[in-house]
Amino acid sequence: MIATTSLGRKLTLLLAGVAALLSVLSWSMVTGLARQAAERTQDNVLSASVTTIAETLRTEQGEVRLELPYSAFSMLGAISQDRVFYKVVAGSRLLTGYADLQVPSGYGPDQGPGRVRFATGSYLGEDIRMASLTRFVQAGNSPVPVTVTVAQTRYGIGAITSDLSRHAAGLSIAFFLVAAGLTSLVARASLRPLKTITADVARRGPADLSPLHHKAPAELAPLLDALNRLMVRLGQSIRRSEDFIAEAAHRVRTPLATVRVQAEILLRATTGDAERQRLRQMIRAVDESSRSAGQLLDHATVVYRAEALARDPVDLGEVARQCAHALEPTAAMRDIALRIETQRAIVRGDPILIDNALRNILDNAIKYSPDDTTVTVRVLKDVETVRVSVTDQGPGLGNGAVEHLTERFRRGCNVEGIVGSGLGLTIAEAAIQAHGGRLELGKGPEGQGACVSLILSA
Amino acid sequence: MRLAYLIGLIVTVWTGTASSLDVEEYKRLEGTGERVLRILSTGDLALFSPFLASFHARNPQISIEYSVVSSGELHRAIRDGANVDVAISSAMDLQFQLVNDGLAKSYRSAQTASLPDWARWRDQIFAFTAEPAVVVISAERFQGLPIPETRQEVISVLRDNPDRFKGAIGTYDVRDSGLGYLFATQEARSTDAYWRLSEVLGRLAPRLYCCSGQMIEDVANGQLALAYNVLGSYAAEQAANETSGRVQILRMQDFSNVILRTAIIPATAQNIAAAGAFVDGLIAAGQGNRPGSWALPLLDHTPETTSPGFGPIRLGPALMIYLDPLNKRAFLEEWENAMVQRQTP
Amino acid sequence: MRYLLVEDNQELAEAVLRRLAMDGHAVDHAASLEAAKDCLAAADYDLILLDVMLPDGDGREFLAQSRKRLDVPVIMLTARSQVSDRVGALDQGADDYITKPFDFSELEARCRAVLRRRGGSAKNEIALGPALFDPLSGTLRRGETKVDLRSRESRLLEVFALNPGQILSKGQLMDRLFTFDSAVTENAIEVYIGRLRKRIEGMGFQIETVRGLGYRIEAQSP
Repeated sequence: MIATTSLGRKLTLLLAGVAALLSVLSWSMVTGLARQAAERTQDNVLSASVTTIAETLRTEQGEVRLELPYSAFSMLGAISQDRVFYKVVAGSRLLTGYADLQVPSGYGPDQGPGRVRFATGSYLGEDIRMASLTRFVQAGNSPVPVTVTVAQTRYGIGAITSDLSRHAAGLSIAFFLVAAGLTSLVARASLRPLKTITADVARRGPADLSPLHHKAPAELAPLLDALNRLMVRLGQSIRRSEDFIAEAAHRVRTPLATVRVQAEILLRATTGDAERQRLRQMIRAVDESSRSAGQLLDHATVVYRAEALARDPVDLGEVARQCAHALEPTAAMRDIALRIETQRAIVRGDPILIDNALRNILDNAIKYSPDDTTVTVRVLKDVETVRVSVTDQGPGLGNGAVEHLTERFRRGCNVEGIVGSGLGLTIAEAAIQAHGGRLELGKGPEGQGACVSLILSA
Repeated sequence: MRLAYLIGLIVTVWTGTASSLDVEEYKRLEGTGERVLRILSTGDLALFSPFLASFHARNPQISIEYSVVSSGELHRAIRDGANVDVAISSAMDLQFQLVNDGLAKSYRSAQTASLPDWARWRDQIFAFTAEPAVVVISAERFQGLPIPETRQEVISVLRDNPDRFKGAIGTYDVRDSGLGYLFATQEARSTDAYWRLSEVLGRLAPRLYCCSGQMIEDVANGQLALAYNVLGSYAAEQAANETSGRVQILRMQDFSNVILRTAIIPATAQNIAAAGAFVDGLIAAGQGNRPGSWALPLLDHTPETTSPGFGPIRLGPALMIYLDPLNKRAFLEEWENAMVQRQTP
Repeated sequence: MRYLLVEDNQELAEAVLRRLAMDGHAVDHAASLEAAKDCLAAADYDLILLDVMLPDGDGREFLAQSRKRLDVPVIMLTARSQVSDRVGALDQGADDYITKPFDFSELEARCRAVLRRRGGSAKNEIALGPALFDPLSGTLRRGETKVDLRSRESRLLEVFALNPGQILSKGQLMDRLFTFDSAVTENAIEVYIGRLRKRIEGMGFQIETVRGLGYRIEAQSP
């Protein structure tokens, strides 16, 4: 599978991006407001300062006089460490102050004499803010306009603004971090249904193709639909291939069955020993080939099912009972008694595989048992393991290497004359090993016969 | 840069070197390197020599030229762009105005950062001492009289004994002395006793001085009975040298100006690194970190901690108020009315 | 016994039909599920042999649908893998199943087992002289006397009972009695004949040896 960008990360990034945008916006707004507030404060103080100075304007002996009150400048010094410049002009004559301070002249539409007006400019290479107030003073015969201007640099505004801006930035970053944290929570919460569905699909056994029933959000409904349709198609395709195998087996086995029945009928009607012998050989050949084909098919099925092993609860006692039950007619034909000693014993696994393993073992035991004997099936349970043992009173497993018996196509050395492909124990062992269990081969209780045990962990 | 309010002063075009100034004292300490640190100061060599020696010992590669001038001279020299690396003055108002008018360089260091806010402004002016204005009396001439502790008591004792004090009172000629003008204006702003005292002094034919040193000397040698508004550091130095015990220093309990001696690095400074090191040294010494080489009062040895309300004069634009020519003219007129015209009744 | 064979392969069906008829069973044949439905509507059967794969559907599905109304034992005939088919067939309601190609004696054995589980039926008893033999349960009765025969003994007796008066050779008996995968000799037949003779003592019939030819069942002369 190719994993492109994570949906959760995308969502988180998107929301975090919005949060970042909001953070930056709020930061720039606060900074702007701070600057405005600082500017207004400076304007107010400049206005107060210039007003204080203008109030001292008077005429003495026809001459315009004024004094700069101490408070006019001390108030400017109180709010910031800004440089202060000033200028007082009567008519076109400089009374005092910084001569080269450029003061915009004239009044605006709403600024008459007696009104403080503000201007921004520069002096000595510094940005300054100026407040000017013009008053008319009677000097001699005519009133003279006297303009008082107080100017201040704007470091303080910058300092206050950058200070507030820093605080705002801190708050914005904090806001962003909180928002980003919440964002990832939100993203996770909104993706939870997807996770639930994923977990549900992942938890399923290989054979579970039933549709998913979830209360999915509207966005996920199409996905769920598609998934369910896929399940249906998958199920159909699996069924089709199963049908194909079944069809193929059917096509082969049905004619074989016909041959066999016909041969049997012929055998009844024939009296010549030589012909009878040939017919028997024919029947045996049919039996052998069909059995081999069946076991090969079984073996393949076991290998396939073991790859994606189901883990359903299986009662070994019940499996043993049913197995014995199914083989009972075969055993009875040869007067072989099946003794069953079972108990309830739950293991986890694929019931079909376990049944198959046990059936192969039991089938073998019956096949190799002499007539008029007993085959015993026991289910024993202890703390950690469950053991199903099949004991017969036959010739035993011989003196050869017992472990080789479970190899493919290997048969015991003392079984001549019995139809078998040698796959029975191999199939059983493969099925049991897939469950993490093992097969144990040994002698019967009194050293007689064979005992094959299937051991699984409880 | 030419400023229109420099009235009453003859505008002189300086050549930009310290030698063209009216230098009262001069000292050169030869360094191993080529760099020369030019210092213009209102502080007497007697007070600064130990510190200069100590600084030179720490920075032997720097040659030091230390010139002592009056505060007005210093102000003019910097304004005219003299080749000066550090300017030291006790006339806070003049120093401040230089800074306000953009004639000082900014300087930042760990030392400047250690200064309290009231002792620096815009990283361009740095205070390193806090010195009160005091009254110095001759114990001899005050024999049998109560020692005054407030201005009101000074007024009383002078008014009650006009014969004893006539011609025996000294104070700054505020027309000449920048420091005297600062003391007078700040005092006039702070206490209404100033003008009443000035009236009383004026009637006693006061002798006017340019500098603290001369005044204290005259107290010591008995020519003066009382010197008003003397810089505490000089008085203390004189008292320490005086063995006769004639000189007695009084600190007025009603109000007392505390000035900050400040240093600036002029915008025209050439040797900025050395200037910064020198300023750092001054600040360190002012905070008591150069014991043995410091003959001046310490910065944090101010009455600010001991008697509230006696804080140092604030560094700020308000200092420039009395430098305004209109204001200055008005103040001097009033001062002359009180002090000088009574001299010749 | 009446059987219904549902098998679409004509050859196999004919062979099975013939083989069952040899044992005296009545067998109807249906080649499709539709035909099977018709047969079931027209007659009662003792047992149904049902193929899994039929042209008109799956035998198992047919079984699952009709199991409720159909109270007849069913044995499935399957050609599929044993592993996957076993559980499925029994789950759908079959009584047993047998994989093609099948050993006819095994089929008979399974049929008997299924019928026995379903409660058997007295109508299948065969009269042997004064005695009655039930091949299904393997019991032999004469008046109050009752003998339970073992499986092989019962089969052997059944062969004789279905062929009254006929001489049956050792070879014929062997083929009827033993599966073809076991290597037995004709001596084994002699052993079983000996055992059976002991069991039927006093039942009013006997197994006679026809020298050189074989054996024959005969009512005892009184």
